[in-house]
Amino acid sequence: MAHHEFNMPVTEAQVRSLRVNDTVTLNTTLYGIRDASYIALFDKGRTTRFDLRGHAVIHTAPNVKKVTPSAEFPAGYAPVCIGTTTSDRMERFTKQLMTQMGVRFIIGKGGMREGSLAAFRELGGAYLAIVGGTAALETTWIEQIEDVDLDDLNPESLWKFRIRGFGPLLVAMDSHGQSLYDVVQANVASKREAALARLGVTP
Amino acid sequence: MKLNTATVEEAAKALYIQALKALPPDIKAGFQRLQTSETDSTARSMLATMVTNIRVAEDTQNLLCQDTGIPIYNVTIGSGVEFDGAALKAALVRGCTRATQEHPLRSSVVHPLTRKNQHTSCGEGVPVIHVDFNDAIETVEIEMIPKGSGSENNSFLRMAIPAEGIAAIKRFVIDCVIAAGGKTCPPTIVGVGIGGTSDLCVHLAKKAATRPLGSRCSDPDGASLELDLAGAVNMLGVGPQGLGGDSTAFAVHIELAATHITMNPVAVNMQCHSARRARATITPAGVEYGY
Repeated sequence: MAHHEFNMPVTEAQVRSLRVNDTVTLNTTLYGIRDASYIALFDKGRTTRFDLRGHAVIHTAPNVKKVTPSAEFPAGYAPVCIGTTTSDRMERFTKQLMTQMGVRFIIGKGGMREGSLAAFRELGGAYLAIVGGTAALETTWIEQIEDVDLDDLNPESLWKFRIRGFGPLLVAMDSHGQSLYDVVQANVASKREAALARLGVTP
Repeated sequence: MKLNTATVEEAAKALYIQALKALPPDIKAGFQRLQTSETDSTARSMLATMVTNIRVAEDTQNLLCQDTGIPIYNVTIGSGVEFDGAALKAALVRGCTRATQEHPLRSSVVHPLTRKNQHTSCGEGVPVIHVDFNDAIETVEIEMIPKGSGSENNSFLRMAIPAEGIAAIKRFVIDCVIAAGGKTCPPTIVGVGIGGTSDLCVHLAKKAATRPLGSRCSDPDGASLELDLAGAVNMLGVGPQGLGGDSTAFAVHIELAATHITMNPVAVNMQCHSARRARATITPAGVEYGY
C-alpha cells in the first residue's frame, strides 16, 4: 500500500508499478472527458488536437464561468466547481481510449468492469478512484483550465486542467488484473442470503 | 396572503444555489453517526473525505458536487393563499434559469433525443414541479431538490403480484442495492415506494429518498419495515463508494399508497450522500430559508 507522486505524463513502467490499494497523487496536467466527448471521439469519428499519450483523464463535466481569455484564464473559462461523475456509463470506451489515444489513467467514481480491467492489464493502465460527491475539495486541487477542445459539447467538452496535488486517489483497478470492486462485489454476493434471512425471506 | 410571483422567482433562484452549497443538519448528523459506527478503515477514510468536502464547500462558498442535478421544486400552498398557478410555475422556471445563468451553474439538462443543452437547467417538463395543498398552514412552502444523476440512474420498478407478498418487496430492495453498488455514491438514502399505480409508486420512492433523515414513514407497518430493511441493507458490505464497509445506507425510507387487489408494486429510488435539499417558507412578513 505505497503512495506514489506522478508528474504527468507517465510511462507504462510507472503504471505497472502500481497495485490495488496503493494511493496516487498527480501533478501538472489532467484531461476531463465524459459521455458526450467519448461518443464524439469514438462513435462519431471526431478528433482532438490534444495529445493524451501517457496522461490521465477524469470523468467530469465541470461548472465553469465564461471570462475574457487572459494569462490567468487562457481558455476563457474560470473554474467554479469541478468534480467527478459515475464511470460505469463509459465502460465500453476504455480500450479505444487507451489504444487510440494512449491514455494510462482513468480517474472516476463507482468503478468500471471486466472490459476495462482487461484493457488495463493488456495495455498498462489503472483506474484511480476518487471520492464521488466531493467536488468542492477536488476544485482546490485544480489551478487552471488551460485549454478546451470539442467545446460545442459544453459542459461535456474535452477539458485540459493544470493540477497540483491532485489526490490522494486510490488505485482501485490495476494492470495486474486486480479490481477492488470485484472483491467487494463477490463479498456482497456472499452476504445476500444472510441479509434476506434477517428479513425472514428465502433467497 | 396574496402570493407575489417576484418573491417566488427570487426564492426559486436562491433555493437552487443554497441547496447545492450546504447540506441539511440531518444529513450532517447522519455522517457523524456513520463515522462512529464504521469499522472498515478505507470506508472511514472515505467518510472523512466527504465530511471534509462539506466543510470546504461552506468555507469556499462552493458547490458540494459538480452535478447540479435535475431541479425539482415541491410547492405546498396553505389555506387562504391567493395565487395564479400558471404565473407561479413560470416564476419557478425563471428563478431556476437565473440561478443557472447568474451564479453560473452547469446546466445538466438536455433534450432527451437531440441532447441539446439550453444552458438554463430547464427544458420540456423540467424543472420538475409538484404542487400540493395543506389546510394546516397559511404560508407557501417551496422545497428544492437538485437530484443528482449517479443515484437517479439507479431507479427501479417492479410490478410484483399479491402472491409474491411482502417477501418480493424485501428481496427487490436488497437486490437493487446490490445492483447499484458504488454507482449511486453511497452511503445513500434508499427510497422505497410501495403500492399505488406504477407512476405513483415511483413518485413515492423519490419522495422517500428525499425525506429528511430521522423522519419515519407515517404508516406504522411501513415504519417498522424501514428499520428492518435498513438493518439488512447495511449487512451487505457495499460501503461508501462501493469499496466495502458497513456504511451502505444512512437509512431506508418508505412511502406507501393504497393499491389494486391484483397489484403489489414496489419502486426504489436512491439519494446519494450529497443529499441536498433547501426550503423556503413564504409568509406575509417575508421569506424564511431553511432545509
